[in-house]
Amino acid sequence: MLSFIIRRLAVAIPTLLILVVFSYLIMYAAPGGPFDAERTLPPEVMANLNAKYGLDQPLIVQMWNYVVNVVVHFDFGPSYLYKDQTVNDIINQGFPVTLTYGFWSFVVATIVGMTLGITAAVYHNSWLDYLAVGISIGAQVLPNFVMAPILVLVFTLWLGWLPGGGWQGGQWEYIIMPVIALSTSFMASIARLTRSSMLEVLNANYIRTARAKGLPMRRVIFRHALKPALLPVVSYLGPAFVAMITGSVVIDMYFSTGGIGIFFVNSALNRDYSVIMGITILTGALTILFNLVVDILYACIDPKIRY
Amino acid sequence: MHLKATLKLTAAALLIAGTAMAAGEHPVTGEKLSDNQTFTYRLLDQFPTLDPQLNEETAGSHVIRDLFEGLMIQDADGNLIPGVAESYEATNGNKTYTFKLRDAKWSNGDPVTAHDFVYAWQRAANPETASPYAWYVELTSMVNAAEIVAGEKDPSELGVKAIDDKTLEVQLTQPLPYFPAMTTYATLSPVHKATVEAHGAKWTDPENIVSNGAYTLTEMVLNEYHTREKNPMYWNADSVIIEKTTGLVINSETQALTRYKAGEFDHLEPLPAGQFPALKEELPDEATSVPRLCSYYYAFNLRPDAKPEIQDPKVRRALTLAIDRDVIVNQVLKGGQWPAYNFTHLKTAGFEMPEIDFAGMSQADRDAEAKKLMEESGVTDLDLKLIYNTSESHKQIATIVSQMWKQKLGVTTTLENMEWKTYLNIRRDGNFDVARSAWCADYNEASTFLDLLTTTHGSNDGKFSNAEYDELMAASKTSDNPNEMYTKAEQIIADESAIAPIYHYANTFLLSSDIKGWPYNNAENNWYSKDLYRVAE
Repeated sequence: MLSFIIRRLAVAIPTLLILVVFSYLIMYAAPGGPFDAERTLPPEVMANLNAKYGLDQPLIVQMWNYVVNVVVHFDFGPSYLYKDQTVNDIINQGFPVTLTYGFWSFVVATIVGMTLGITAAVYHNSWLDYLAVGISIGAQVLPNFVMAPILVLVFTLWLGWLPGGGWQGGQWEYIIMPVIALSTSFMASIARLTRSSMLEVLNANYIRTARAKGLPMRRVIFRHALKPALLPVVSYLGPAFVAMITGSVVIDMYFSTGGIGIFFVNSALNRDYSVIMGITILTGALTILFNLVVDILYACIDPKIRY
Repeated sequence: MHLKATLKLTAAALLIAGTAMAAGEHPVTGEKLSDNQTFTYRLLDQFPTLDPQLNEETAGSHVIRDLFEGLMIQDADGNLIPGVAESYEATNGNKTYTFKLRDAKWSNGDPVTAHDFVYAWQRAANPETASPYAWYVELTSMVNAAEIVAGEKDPSELGVKAIDDKTLEVQLTQPLPYFPAMTTYATLSPVHKATVEAHGAKWTDPENIVSNGAYTLTEMVLNEYHTREKNPMYWNADSVIIEKTTGLVINSETQALTRYKAGEFDHLEPLPAGQFPALKEELPDEATSVPRLCSYYYAFNLRPDAKPEIQDPKVRRALTLAIDRDVIVNQVLKGGQWPAYNFTHLKTAGFEMPEIDFAGMSQADRDAEAKKLMEESGVTDLDLKLIYNTSESHKQIATIVSQMWKQKLGVTTTLENMEWKTYLNIRRDGNFDVARSAWCADYNEASTFLDLLTTTHGSNDGKFSNAEYDELMAASKTSDNPNEMYTKAEQIIADESAIAPIYHYANTFLLSSDIKGWPYNNAENNWYSKDLYRVAE
């Protein structure tokens, strides 16, 4: 197992390097640059800006300097848009926010989703099943950019229970609506996945055997059915977790949470090269890490898998 | 010529300065003040910087105006009033300005001196600072500004020096009667040298920043909010009523409107497109529309290698005439905008509108003339590529205009929308026939618009070029009566159909009815928290 983990981490380094090179090339291929604006800057002003940020160097030199700074100094450079901030500042501020609401969304989506899925499968074709399926379909078709305004309308304007946005260092009343809006569609997917895979397992021969032996239903489900039923769910949870903690532009836009998602989209629109790269690398590294975590979890759940 | 312009404080300001605020009444109006003297407003986007010399565009300017006070500032009507300068004197035919500074302090207690201004202005021009607004220093015509920005001279050679701690002398290369007005802009605000040098790029962080304005920055969370609180060291702090101003970044228009209605903040701008009439009906005391000095127009591609048909002024005039601006203003925008037949915003200070013939015609007459012109030109089967940056209202306007051209003139239009930076690039490269464009005033004077259509202007993306026009605009710079020349320049634009003006902007916003002192009559929409106050309800 240990050698597997080391091997996987070793592969991660060239993967990230390839990611950096491709992102850099695609970024530079996009028309326009960070200092283009409605007002065309005089050439001497543009030259000063390019010199300050090293954009007057050949692309290959820029890339080399960038990689050296990141690897040696762990410095992702200054933001070209937010001139008082470095990329490290932006990630330090935005990532904990995203991580917090992403983590809670993950917890809510997983617990509620699995509960709904298991209930629906166990009480297959009963009213409970229809209710659970109804909820998950409803949650699936309601995208978060529709849900966010509805939540604020109901909880802020009509009921006056929750603040309509902001983060304030992560106080609980600021977390609730972002978590509901972000977790809903993930919750729906988890519920449907759990239900179908649970149904499949419950129809398997060894479950019939267990029940024929006279084991109580609860024990059959939790002892024998749950583990194999969760395998497809776990493989979904890994990428879902990464998606939730690497930021949602919709959540940041609608709830003014100041997370990493809004910075990512704004940096792309503004050609804020260093921020684009910083967040791309962060997302890439997290994706690699959590894919590895999922693989390890797999081995724990499924005794057939050995690395 | 020796002109002395000593500026006086208004009687009102003197009265404010001498009165304590504890009475709970406004010292001038006598209104009963609320115990809650906070002001919270919405920001559409995070401003990029609070460094006055690095600031560009308008996004962060209102915050910088609160934090840093320049030599001159504006009052609620947009008039020039003294800031850090107590008075100034123009000599040498408006080429030398001498400012006398008052006893003002930085938020850490240091005195604000003429050296702070010298440092800040040299910093703005210094190539190492790489300010995107370095051109603004060139625009002031300060001696050696252009050479310093180009890296040919040392920043210390800039035409500004501190005669003593309280006297600042500025040397210009040409007479600029409006130079004092230019000192209101962020780029020419003073900065505290020791702080900038000690903290580098992080000097504007709340824990580091030292400022000389009516407020200091106390909290700053990017893309969430920032707060600024009353600066007790400000020279006129006794007259400042609002204790704390908070700016909330809310990107989504619908969320912002819902949260405003829930009472979370006091000021919301801009309003969602087309919703002004409904909001005015719902919240008549809070919804307002004021002029905004920006003009919306379609630029024709007049490069020699561009489509030959639109090089014909008759075709351009036909296209311009066929646009029914009333439909766009009254049925799409609905926010108090004005149909435009010229370039300069009609509310620009001192601007005299020329007699533009088609402005007074009925749309039916315009359409008839447009058809006639099109026939005369002999152009048939014209297909135009119209570009715009992705936005719902640009799309609506482009669709309406293309329908009008199709129905009235038989001209077909291919609409192409693209995201902002791509659109800027394509427009700059001239890869279009017609381009949606807009221009906003840098200062309240017609040349801020009209300079754009001079041959060498960097943002003249249609490449209109007219020798007489260029001469007029060059001469206007030093003229005693430039407005006459601006009127003539507008006439050339109309005669040549250099562009198709569409509308003049308005600013629509919601403001809580208990917030008073809003500068409704400041055409540049420049507001200072220090002028606001909340009355008890």
